[in-house]
Amino acid sequence: MREITLPISDETIRSLHVGEPVTLTGTMVTGRDAAHKWLIETFIKKTRQPQGDDLKVYDELKKLLNGSVIYHCGPVVSGLDTKDYKFVAAGPTTSIREEPYQADVMKHFNVKGVIGKGGMGPKTLKGCQKTPGVYFHAIGGAASYIAQRVMKVLGVYKMEFGTPEAMWVIEVKDFPVVVTMDAHGASQHAVVGDSSQKVLDDLLAKPY
Amino acid sequence: MQPDLTEKILELIRRTSSSLPADVEKRLRESIEKEEPGSAARGALETIMKNIELSRANSTPICQDTGTPIFYVHYPEGWSTRKLREQIRAAMVDSTKRNFMRPNAVDAIYDKNSGNNLGGEDFPTIHFEEIDADQPLVIELMLKGGGCENVGRQYSLPDNSLGAGRDLAGVRKVALDAVQKAQGQGCAPGILGIAIGGDRGSSYAKSKEVLFSEMGKRNADPELAKLEERLIKESNEMGIGPMGFGGKTTVLDTKITGMHRLPASYFVSVSYMCWAYRRRKMTVKGEDVIYD
Repeated sequence: MREITLPISDETIRSLHVGEPVTLTGTMVTGRDAAHKWLIETFIKKTRQPQGDDLKVYDELKKLLNGSVIYHCGPVVSGLDTKDYKFVAAGPTTSIREEPYQADVMKHFNVKGVIGKGGMGPKTLKGCQKTPGVYFHAIGGAASYIAQRVMKVLGVYKMEFGTPEAMWVIEVKDFPVVVTMDAHGASQHAVVGDSSQKVLDDLLAKPY
Repeated sequence: MQPDLTEKILELIRRTSSSLPADVEKRLRESIEKEEPGSAARGALETIMKNIELSRANSTPICQDTGTPIFYVHYPEGWSTRKLREQIRAAMVDSTKRNFMRPNAVDAIYDKNSGNNLGGEDFPTIHFEEIDADQPLVIELMLKGGGCENVGRQYSLPDNSLGAGRDLAGVRKVALDAVQKAQGQGCAPGILGIAIGGDRGSSYAKSKEVLFSEMGKRNADPELAKLEERLIKESNEMGIGPMGFGGKTTVLDTKITGMHRLPASYFVSVSYMCWAYRRRKMTVKGEDVIYD
């Protein structure tokens, strides 16, 4: 299996194709619904004024996300009271909810990859071609297994969003994923969506 | 004097979150052989099996989304449901501190996570059912993740776009539509809970309740049993596969139940349960507590 180290170069991104299983090693940041909404409203569309530590976090995220990946994950974390954080369970969450935001976040922060589950839609696929970037599919529900690939929690931003929605900076080693959307416009989700629709149409036409 | 069951309920939560029931695990293991060696679908199932073993060994959540906790309490006549509710809620708080549960209750208006898995009167969900005084107390718990909950669907028949009328033929059509629309987003392979009839609320509740029954157990009504079998087979023909990667295993089982409805309404509610089909039961007989 191909091993990929973060940050990822454009050349490496373009060499990845749908269906390829890879492992990821390096520093990444988790971000899901609240984080994407916050990034878009505060820094990209600027419909909301920065508050509290927003600008400071933005500067740090710019460095962290540049060339790296965002992981759609709301982990179970131990050590919340002592701040000696450790990931206990950390599988992917459903990515499609970030469809309105993802392409813009990728472009703005030069994010090279998104890890999640269930795949994403046409807007993100276009974003993958432009940035360039890819969608890495992790195994949904494999939370204990993936948590063991998280070697270290380096820090956390936006704890006020709550543990699942906060942005956790993590160091991972050999994180297993499958490329299901690539920088060349291919999407396994579009393929399976279309083929299953055809089967459904045939099934609906059958008598009871 | 009614015993304090907080510790015992905590153990029920630990087991439910970290240890998948044997019937579910067996069905998942059997499905590995159906997928092509080296395929992404098979890889997904193999990772799932490793995760199941690891979670059980370490008492860590199978899935980080520890879900909506849904309790069904069958209590002998004379027991205080108020005390049972307090004990369940105390066990929820404790289970969150011990990381068996993720803080999962978010105030929808103010966007604030309560941090302890308690939220208003409705989180966790607790159903009480009184039974005879000489029967043992039984508490069932299901943890249903948000990814699969989000792909559940409710149809009001007739549905012209699908050509689905008010009969079992129509039910079949909308159920297949729900599976196709879910793709891999509900963490396929999934299990379908289907309620026919009721009102919008009771129908959805029943579609989850039916998921407490054992894998492979068919409806006593031969017509419904036949439809269950057919839906499993036809769902798998769609080739969505584990995680939506494409493959042969899309749906592991289907449970259908019928309800009474108003003459005007014909609802079909489809609850999709992810492969991390977490449901457990505890039975209290005097001093003894038996976990299934």
